[in-house]
Amino acid sequence: MSTTTAELLKGASELFPDEVVTSAHVRHLELPHGAGRFALITLDNGFDHTKPTTFGPGSLAQLNAAIDQVEAEAKAGEIVGVGVTGKPFIFAVGADLKGVELLKKHEDALAIGKGGHEVFKRLAALAVPTFAYYNGAAMGGGVEVGLHCTYRTVSKALPAFSLPEVFLGLVPGWGGCTLLPNLIGADRAVSVIIENSLNQNKQLKGVQVFELGIADAIFEGADFLEQSLVWTAQVLKGDVKVERPDVDRGEGWDQAVARGRFIADGKVHGAAPAAYRALDIIAASKNGDLQAGFDAEDQALADLIMGGELRSGIYAFNLVQKRGKRPAGAPSKDLARPVTKVGVVGAGLMASQLALLFLRRLEVPVVLTDIDQERIDKGVGYVHAEIDKLLGKGRINQDKANRLKGLVSGVLDKAEGFADADFVIEAVFEEIGVKQQVFAEVEAVAPAHAILATNTSSLSVTEMASKLKHPERVVGFHFFNPVAVLPLLEIVRGEQTDDAALATAFGVAKKLKKTAVLVKDAPAFVVNRILTRFMGEIQNVIDEGTPVDVAEKAIEPLGLPMSPLVLLELVGPAIGLHVSETLNRAFPERFKVSPNLKAVVEAGKRGFYVYDSGKPELDPEVAALLKQGDSVLTQEQVRERVLDAVAQEIGLMLDEGVVAEAQDIDLCLITGAGWPFHLGGITPYLDREGVSERVNGKRFLAQGVASVPA
Amino acid sequence: MPRTVRDVVFVDGVRTPFGKAGPKGIYHETRADDLVVKAIRELLRRNPNLDPAKIDEVAVAATTQIGDQGLTLGRTAGILAGLPQSVPGYSIDRMCAGALTAVTTTAGSIAFGAYDAVIAGGVEHMGRHPMGEGVDPNPRFVSEKLVDESALFMGMTAENLHDRYPHITKERADKFAVGSQEKAAKAYANGKIQQDLVPISVRNTNAEVGETGWGLVTADEPMRPGTTLENLAGLKTPFRTHGRVTAGNAAGLNDGATASIIASEDFARENDLPVKMRLVSYAFAGVEPEVMGYGPIPATEKALAKAGLGIEDINLFEINEAFAVQVLAFLDHYGIADDDPRVNQYGGAIAFGHPLASSGVRLMTQLARQFEEQPEVRYGLTTMCVGFGMGATVIWENPHHKDAGGDK
Repeated sequence: MSTTTAELLKGASELFPDEVVTSAHVRHLELPHGAGRFALITLDNGFDHTKPTTFGPGSLAQLNAAIDQVEAEAKAGEIVGVGVTGKPFIFAVGADLKGVELLKKHEDALAIGKGGHEVFKRLAALAVPTFAYYNGAAMGGGVEVGLHCTYRTVSKALPAFSLPEVFLGLVPGWGGCTLLPNLIGADRAVSVIIENSLNQNKQLKGVQVFELGIADAIFEGADFLEQSLVWTAQVLKGDVKVERPDVDRGEGWDQAVARGRFIADGKVHGAAPAAYRALDIIAASKNGDLQAGFDAEDQALADLIMGGELRSGIYAFNLVQKRGKRPAGAPSKDLARPVTKVGVVGAGLMASQLALLFLRRLEVPVVLTDIDQERIDKGVGYVHAEIDKLLGKGRINQDKANRLKGLVSGVLDKAEGFADADFVIEAVFEEIGVKQQVFAEVEAVAPAHAILATNTSSLSVTEMASKLKHPERVVGFHFFNPVAVLPLLEIVRGEQTDDAALATAFGVAKKLKKTAVLVKDAPAFVVNRILTRFMGEIQNVIDEGTPVDVAEKAIEPLGLPMSPLVLLELVGPAIGLHVSETLNRAFPERFKVSPNLKAVVEAGKRGFYVYDSGKPELDPEVAALLKQGDSVLTQEQVRERVLDAVAQEIGLMLDEGVVAEAQDIDLCLITGAGWPFHLGGITPYLDREGVSERVNGKRFLAQGVASVPA
Repeated sequence: MPRTVRDVVFVDGVRTPFGKAGPKGIYHETRADDLVVKAIRELLRRNPNLDPAKIDEVAVAATTQIGDQGLTLGRTAGILAGLPQSVPGYSIDRMCAGALTAVTTTAGSIAFGAYDAVIAGGVEHMGRHPMGEGVDPNPRFVSEKLVDESALFMGMTAENLHDRYPHITKERADKFAVGSQEKAAKAYANGKIQQDLVPISVRNTNAEVGETGWGLVTADEPMRPGTTLENLAGLKTPFRTHGRVTAGNAAGLNDGATASIIASEDFARENDLPVKMRLVSYAFAGVEPEVMGYGPIPATEKALAKAGLGIEDINLFEINEAFAVQVLAFLDHYGIADDDPRVNQYGGAIAFGHPLASSGVRLMTQLARQFEEQPEVRYGLTTMCVGFGMGATVIWENPHHKDAGGDK
């Protein structure tokens, strides 16, 4: 068997010459209490913890060779057990995604799945018991190595443990889907494999790994490996009996799978296959037939690796993890000026939220100003109340709460508040004249080096700066609501904005832990422009005569977090209308102002739906307001029109140079609008559905960037 | 206010296995602070009746207090070991007698009533911190001839001691060393040593040293069972040509850590903690730095005098074997035979190793085991020589003895 496995892996290795190969070191030791000679395998890629250990084909071959050695020793009676652990702080974080991206053929993808199974399975087949010691971060294939062992221990200090495959668009395909439900029951397995993955890839901590029953014992980080080995000796000598609760193989199993489907429907609405494939395997493994489960995993892995959703998922993951942390086009951070005090103009809800964010992340004095003391008191009061909430939840301690409260203040007189501010952000009424007036006042009192930032969502930054003596220090700083939740920050460079101001803005964004994207000063910037075009087209087809429910359902196959009209409700119809008016002025040929939306806003409605039945239903009062034409489209026709509009708008934005590349558009949509990984934002989806070619005559991304390579 | 001096007891002691210092040693990739932290944790695991919150002090000794042996190790080791934040700690240095001094200093405070229970121990990673690292001796030592230059080199002071006692020959020293190895091997075979060892996980990334990956250390690395006089006869004398001190009749350069629980006897009894030894007296003495190995003699004289005991009352000796000659000088002084069965029953530092500031608690842990086995013995002592011309001695009473606690 091992020969064929070795050959399989050798073939796979040739496809991935740049793999960082993880070694599987075999070292022998005498167990405590005279329990005998033991072989401990250490997974280690030779780098420190900043480069976690992964598995590619070469790494699997190393582990396979290590198992060859211990298998022979076990057979010869030279060892009493085999353990697997990781380098400091890391157990293993799963398959090397770079290798997965390179795969072009279904058979090669199948080989990777089979290769992992063939190697890991051998751990379960040894003549002696096997032990996994989860010493540090364990994800995906790392978790699965341990699942093939007879016993597992986990460190209390373990910070992150997950089967994140579904989050990316895969299934835990090296045994996870099959072994985990058989170990801890289907319901808990669904929580780990489906629920956590689809909940922004939530990670488990060591204690939870133990409580879920994945690990048989838990030890503190300080002497985790020693205590794991002491425990191993006790287990081998029979002094400790490992008992695991019985798994419910009856109705409980089916209910768990049904719960998984409900969660998946709620998150991806059937649009991404991974969760469903994983659930199918969990459902089938109810009978405990492990090999059948492994075979199903191989097939699912290969199918998903060759599918667009996974490629989009990996692309999106890399955007967020890499591009999101090193913004394209940002000037050198050496140019950034220190920010030791922040001014906020306005003390309304948005301004107060911004004040809170700056306060928490920068921990510098933050001063709010407004037109009267009452508003200021309300703004400062809001910040104090939020600090108290954090204190109540135990997120900060009393000292930190005291410190933060001491740092926030409000004054009427801008001269008093901003005289020593390094960064002043305005969040006042969206009206260019008002904003220009505010900046003129701030410029008169703030130091010459201070950055003037605007949180405008649709006004021109260049125009706002135009009347200042020093327009070069004005920057757009566009947050997304809710500010505390959505990571995106569009940083807008006005025509005269200089590099120092921009560098300072990016420096502040990093401290705010926001995903900053550099955007040209163009109408509504990125997210609002695309969302408005998207929703505008929906509104158009409704206005022209398509029933509301048909228009809404047409978009479901994308698996967006919410339907367009629900999103409109969240944003507020009035704000939606305002942005569409702005864009209508800029691009009247593509952005219409919907008379129906106007009517809804004028009627003071907060949305299109009522929720009396628990589900959204068209509000009869809204229905009565709607004046529709007689052009009724099918869902397919609606979808085509909407996607075409989006593709066209993104093509134009790239031509205008609103952002550097399509990647920035996708990053904005993922982090600013919550558009899903399986769409890769949107351009990978538009490419794979042929929309880009149809509308613009070319793809947004070259073949292989977010798709199977040519 | 009225004050009563309280009895102080040795509750328990553990140590890591000792390693050979240097790139091939078992602890080459292991931090010094981790060694002492793991010893402290094992001690607490073995004594679940000791509520960690009731520990009043953590005193950790190290000779070279920089890097992973710096940063007020007693405090940082407490935090790293998971002790409550309310437990304070500090560092101690008296070179080789560091851990011994950690015990006596905290014991004095317990007797005075400042503490009820403490952790006292020591660590020395001579691989990460070679002897003399970062030292900056005052030039007056040489210019004013305050000490001979040889005083800074322990091996030279041992040669000086041979000069002082010409009847202590190299052959006698070697013979003593062979005996130490034999006794240590026997103690291992009988499981006397392992019961107080803390297993330590160790990483090796250097294939030239041996198997790579994580391993587990459960035994002392320096031991050379089966050593013969012939083996030792040919060894080099690195401190002097035609000298007498060799790697075979001296302790090596080692890595390791120890930890003990010291408490007032009342506290130990109230908390149902073991009482393994009762502190009788302790003393330190200074001698000429050039013959620092003489130090245990005046220190013992002082300690005996304070206790009102004579050497004939002491029936178990744990003498640190920094050098065979220093042990032999002590034995000659008191007229005790080189192979007296009361001396270093389990062998000594020549076999186990001597990670400087950690060794004192090893002596105590071994004496405590011997007390347990030999209730007929009432008094024992632990003694060691100390760099720059000092000696340190602690006299202990065996609580298992029928007269223990009574008048002599």
